[in-house]
Amino acid sequence: MTCLHCGEKTAPGQDFCCPGCEAAHAAAASVTKGSGFSRLANEMDEGGFNLTLGVEGIHCAACIRLIENALGSEDGVTHARVNMSTNRVNMSWTGAREYGDHLATVVSNLGYRLHPLDKAADAVDEETRSLLRAIAVAGFAAGNMMLISVGLWSTDSETMGMATRDLFHWLSALIALPTVLYAGQPFFRSAIAVLRQGHTNMDVPISIAVTLACAMSLFEAFRHGEHVYFDSAVMLLFFLLIGRYLDARAKGKARETATDLLSRLSGMATVFEDGQAQQVPIKELKAGMLVLVAAGENIPADGTVEKGRSEVDRSLITGETLPEKLEAGQEVFAGTLNLSAPIQVRVSKATEKSLLSEIVRLMEVSEQANARYVRLADKAASLYTPVVHAMGALTFIGWWLFMQAPWQVSLLHAVTVLIITCPCALGLAVPVVQVLASSRLMKTGILLKSGDALEKLAEVNTVIFDKTGTLTIGHPELIADDYSNADMRLAASLAAHSRHPLARALSAAYDGELMELEVTEHPGRGLSAEIEGWEMRLGSRAWCGDQTAAQQDNALELWLQVGDDVRARYAFSDRLRSDAADVIAELKRRHIDVRLLSGDRTAVVSDVSKQAGITSYKAEVSPVEKRDYLEALAREGAKVLMVGDGLNDAPALAAAHVSMSPSSAIDITQNTADIVFQGEALMPVVQAIDVAHRSTRLVRQNFGLAILYNIIAIPVAVLGYVTPLVAAAAMSGSSLVVIMNAFRLNLKRRG
Amino acid sequence: MEILLYLIPIALTLGLIGLAGFLWSMKNNQYEDLDGAAHRILFDDEDDEPQIPSNNRGKV
Repeated sequence: MTCLHCGEKTAPGQDFCCPGCEAAHAAAASVTKGSGFSRLANEMDEGGFNLTLGVEGIHCAACIRLIENALGSEDGVTHARVNMSTNRVNMSWTGAREYGDHLATVVSNLGYRLHPLDKAADAVDEETRSLLRAIAVAGFAAGNMMLISVGLWSTDSETMGMATRDLFHWLSALIALPTVLYAGQPFFRSAIAVLRQGHTNMDVPISIAVTLACAMSLFEAFRHGEHVYFDSAVMLLFFLLIGRYLDARAKGKARETATDLLSRLSGMATVFEDGQAQQVPIKELKAGMLVLVAAGENIPADGTVEKGRSEVDRSLITGETLPEKLEAGQEVFAGTLNLSAPIQVRVSKATEKSLLSEIVRLMEVSEQANARYVRLADKAASLYTPVVHAMGALTFIGWWLFMQAPWQVSLLHAVTVLIITCPCALGLAVPVVQVLASSRLMKTGILLKSGDALEKLAEVNTVIFDKTGTLTIGHPELIADDYSNADMRLAASLAAHSRHPLARALSAAYDGELMELEVTEHPGRGLSAEIEGWEMRLGSRAWCGDQTAAQQDNALELWLQVGDDVRARYAFSDRLRSDAADVIAELKRRHIDVRLLSGDRTAVVSDVSKQAGITSYKAEVSPVEKRDYLEALAREGAKVLMVGDGLNDAPALAAAHVSMSPSSAIDITQNTADIVFQGEALMPVVQAIDVAHRSTRLVRQNFGLAILYNIIAIPVAVLGYVTPLVAAAAMSGSSLVVIMNAFRLNLKRRG
Repeated sequence: MEILLYLIPIALTLGLIGLAGFLWSMKNNQYEDLDGAAHRILFDDEDDEPQIPSNNRGKV
């Protein structure tokens, strides 16, 4: 007999080797992943508790329904609501705080993974909300003022009478002033903040133009003049707010995923103390604690295996696909996956010192270094501001000193220059193209996570791929062969009972009916079951294979044995993504340097690179070496796109100029990457680069159009020929031209 | 021209009603979960009003 918990030999008739294992086994069986969340609940004013958690795996109406109904049918639940857009569930209940653990368990028992949320994410939400409110107000004001302005533009004061015109002007003021005060705040606030630090940005000229336009219009209205620009000021705000909102939403999305990452790292671990299992936040784990890790669970901290025999998937750290055997006394690392049996781990380092955290820290350092990138729009803005203000000042001085005009008239012309050089086109040029490009990419399954990803992607001249999970599928697949159907059915029925990657690959390859079997899993060896007195085994070569058969290749294998008869050998390999070679050829056609960087063994890496057609490769590279390699490339001036999926790639992804990862990658890597792509194909890498090139071209064209417009409009304004009608038309016209040009991105069918 | 005295207030009022409606719907969390709303239409029962408790907004 062997111990049910750790696999050690036991006394005859005993299921466990020691009382500790027995208690641990019972604890591991009763503990579910829902526990420990109730401490995050908020106490509500009217009694009871409210808790919001992140949920993974919500896909359709049935999921929403299932979760809400399951929670709703529990006693004491006053409210349960799933938010599909943000993948959250919100629930309220009356009674004890701890009841929340039970509710969380209800949801996780349905098969949805829960994770705690970071509260910082709400601030982002509030920002986009207030921008949306500002847009609504500005839109309302702009629409109603147009109604009045059209009347002003279509006739002159002789026809409508001075009194009517003044009434119209004052009505405009009545609508415009509160609107500017409210809707202009995002710009005013940012302008003041920047000015305090002694810099300048796009918001400074915007704020000055709007404020001056309003002040001057008010002055004109008082002296019954005709140069009233309220409508232009409000329209300017309206268009700019739209651009600002699109920008904020794109950034908010990126930050949302980033905070999710941090909260996921801070899950719960089962600590075994004084014969009792307790849920402790992973952050609070200390050296010397004994942690239970169930099969299929991530190991929460670095440590040594105290008891148990299992297999560990280290692909997270090393990129190595083969599961490794794990025995008592061996070292394990946080973040690796315990595959086949529960183990007890003695923690050797507090979580923040673990290898995993070390990698995260590396990543953060690289990311900070990367944040220094200056976007094209900001470069344009830093040029635009001084030029426009100098122009305005020169106009004022010119009219006042050289044309001997009264200062009021000179100021009027100067303000007109500020208004007509409307930064609309500049403010809209980038966000509109970006939103169109990202929605276009989204349709093909490519998710842009950072605002400047497209711009950086267009500059790329080197692409570095990771091997496992990026160039290849990332998990073993059965190599097609003529296996007998009966054997296959037997093997698949056994394999269906295990989470081992090879067993999963085997069951995935078989789509017929399965047999009902009572299967025992032998950690590190395989699976066995009894049928009509015959013992069937599915497992390693040493355990049930043909010892004498020659080891043919590097392939992973499973053997099937019935009685003493070795029936079949199933070989597996991690195959290339189907279009990998095409993608690399396409990249080379675009004169992009392609390289392969992997933590895997040299033999495997050279094999893969040959198949994919990559000439330059480097194998057996550690995460730190990967990052150093990328930094060295960057120093040589290369703009690198790093494509990777493992945790071992994360620091390299952060160090790269721009990065991509497949959606099959682990969360932390997806969060680091600027772009995430879905599906089995690798072609999104090429598609994203193409769209990036095209959209960057459009952005440049838009800047060109804006400059062209200003070259025509500014002299007219400087010379004093601009009326309110001309200002409004020119301004709106330039914005519309820029928006329409951006839409050309979707007109082109190729790519 | 006296017609303006009626028309302008009417136009402004209509616009303000629209604006108020939009702000109300935003405050009422109508735009919190657009994906979910698209799917909830498939439910058979009538219970489909947003239920986030008012005192908990902002905390959620």
